[in-house]
Amino acid sequence: MSDKMKKEARVLGQRLLTDGIYDLWLETPIAMDAQPGQFVGVYPAGKATLLPRPISICEVDREKSAIRLVYRVVGTGTAEFALYQEDDYMMILGPLGNGFPLSAVAGKRAVVMGGGIGIPPLLETAKRLSLLQDKDRPLEISAVLGYRDSDTFLADEFKESAGVYVSSEDGSVGTMGNVIDALSEQKVPCDVIFACGPMPMLRGIKKYAMESGIKAYLSLEERMACGVGACLGCVCRTSRVDEHSHVKNARICTDGPVFDADDLDM
Amino acid sequence: MNTAVEIAGISFKNPVMTASGTFGSGMEYSDFVDLNRLGAVVTKGVANVPWEGNPVPRVAEVYGGMLNAIGLQNPGVDVFAGRDLKFLENFDTRVIVNVCGKTVEDYLEVVERLSDEKRVDMLEINVSCPNVKEGAIAFGQKADALFNITKEIKKKARQPVIMKLSPNVTSIAEMAKAAEAAGADAISLINTITGMKIDIYKRKFVLANRTGGMSGPAIKPIAVRMVYEASHAVSIPVIGMGGIANAEDAIEFIMAGATAIAVGAMNFHNPYATVEVIEGIERFMSEQHIENISDIRAVL
Repeated sequence: MSDKMKKEARVLGQRLLTDGIYDLWLETPIAMDAQPGQFVGVYPAGKATLLPRPISICEVDREKSAIRLVYRVVGTGTAEFALYQEDDYMMILGPLGNGFPLSAVAGKRAVVMGGGIGIPPLLETAKRLSLLQDKDRPLEISAVLGYRDSDTFLADEFKESAGVYVSSEDGSVGTMGNVIDALSEQKVPCDVIFACGPMPMLRGIKKYAMESGIKAYLSLEERMACGVGACLGCVCRTSRVDEHSHVKNARICTDGPVFDADDLDM
Repeated sequence: MNTAVEIAGISFKNPVMTASGTFGSGMEYSDFVDLNRLGAVVTKGVANVPWEGNPVPRVAEVYGGMLNAIGLQNPGVDVFAGRDLKFLENFDTRVIVNVCGKTVEDYLEVVERLSDEKRVDMLEINVSCPNVKEGAIAFGQKADALFNITKEIKKKARQPVIMKLSPNVTSIAEMAKAAEAAGADAISLINTITGMKIDIYKRKFVLANRTGGMSGPAIKPIAVRMVYEASHAVSIPVIGMGGIANAEDAIEFIMAGATAIAVGAMNFHNPYATVEVIEGIERFMSEQHIENISDIRAVL
């Protein structure tokens, strides 16, 4: 695994992507090693805050040594992040977590599935999958993206690397319903799923994958403190005794955030 | 300049330790700091058998600090000895193992299991975790219960014993005296302060455990006061902790009476904090022309 560091990162630019969701580029050496599905811990500058906010890496630009974070404002920390502008500095910790196992899709029909603010880390994932060569290449790459309504943020950006399928809760665009509804209705070719999104969606994907004999890798989220595996704050229940903890708990920040769905007790 | 300190006949290269539960067994933070620089690594609490800990959410941020209710998840003493202690063999630092249990027998089993482990320099007995229902804090909130468990552990322990005290008591001096009277070689304080956070929009407790232990810079004045009171009540060494973020904070605890100090929740904010505290103490001593760290201990 790559070396973790806590370092200042320069803001290259930030814009409001859509209602409450921001699109931030940071210049940081963390970009050089960052893998799709990994995340960074972003520290608010306010003296009353202590903990880094885990935010997934949406895109990596190695040439510019930059990472892109697309995040929703949910509290005081992220509200502060939204104020940062070009040439400001932010303190970040990373790269954290394991990332998606790209080798699992060699020769297979790969589907990245994202729901809402779980969509961003799948953009870099789809991009990297499309760059794999020869025997590492997936047979096909599809992106199934679930939204609330017709505000399909980031969807166009997937088109360069994947076939894009959309679902919306209100039916205003794509399949009415969730990502699994879209997968079935639009007959998306699928052998392996990489997914990130809200817990009910991930539970649904695990169930669907089991019933259909499909392999699924799920990226989980939990309240975190250290981000590096020391505090045991962000654990998930596992189906078997975990190798590190020796109980049925695994650390999302270091053993995850991406887990084989078979290994999770959801 | 001499930053070395001594506790129960064991020498430490400097007074800076890690607070149990915030640093694992050092493995995770060895990506950030050279463990050889530390006075001691104090490990995450270990029990006789693996513990699953509490449901999530286990952590929450609060103003100037955090709440945790991990519930002492640990892999059990056998895995700990075979893996964590083995890892620590690679470093020139003292190792203090934090021991937890639900019954006196649980504690004694761990203490006896560790008695032949060469890598264990000292034991820290956790009788102050507020997040587990049985054991732990039940032994740490009444002076007679603390006296009894300390006495039992001292009978079996081969390594010097530190009793880690809870701040959730009426008189910390009385608790410190009970530990000393039962033969404790040192005391450490404070463990976390019991707190609660409510999500007013969901009308729910933020932590699954409802309550959690508060740590972080906001609790420092309480910790300094308790270290002052405890260290003036006993003659055994005191290891001070609670919200230490930098060298100035550490020196405050030393002046209040602590022989050594520990960095806890601030490791989460700054993974380099331990070594920065050591360097800051050295800078302070050099600027203030202090020859021995003991020259500034308990100066009030």
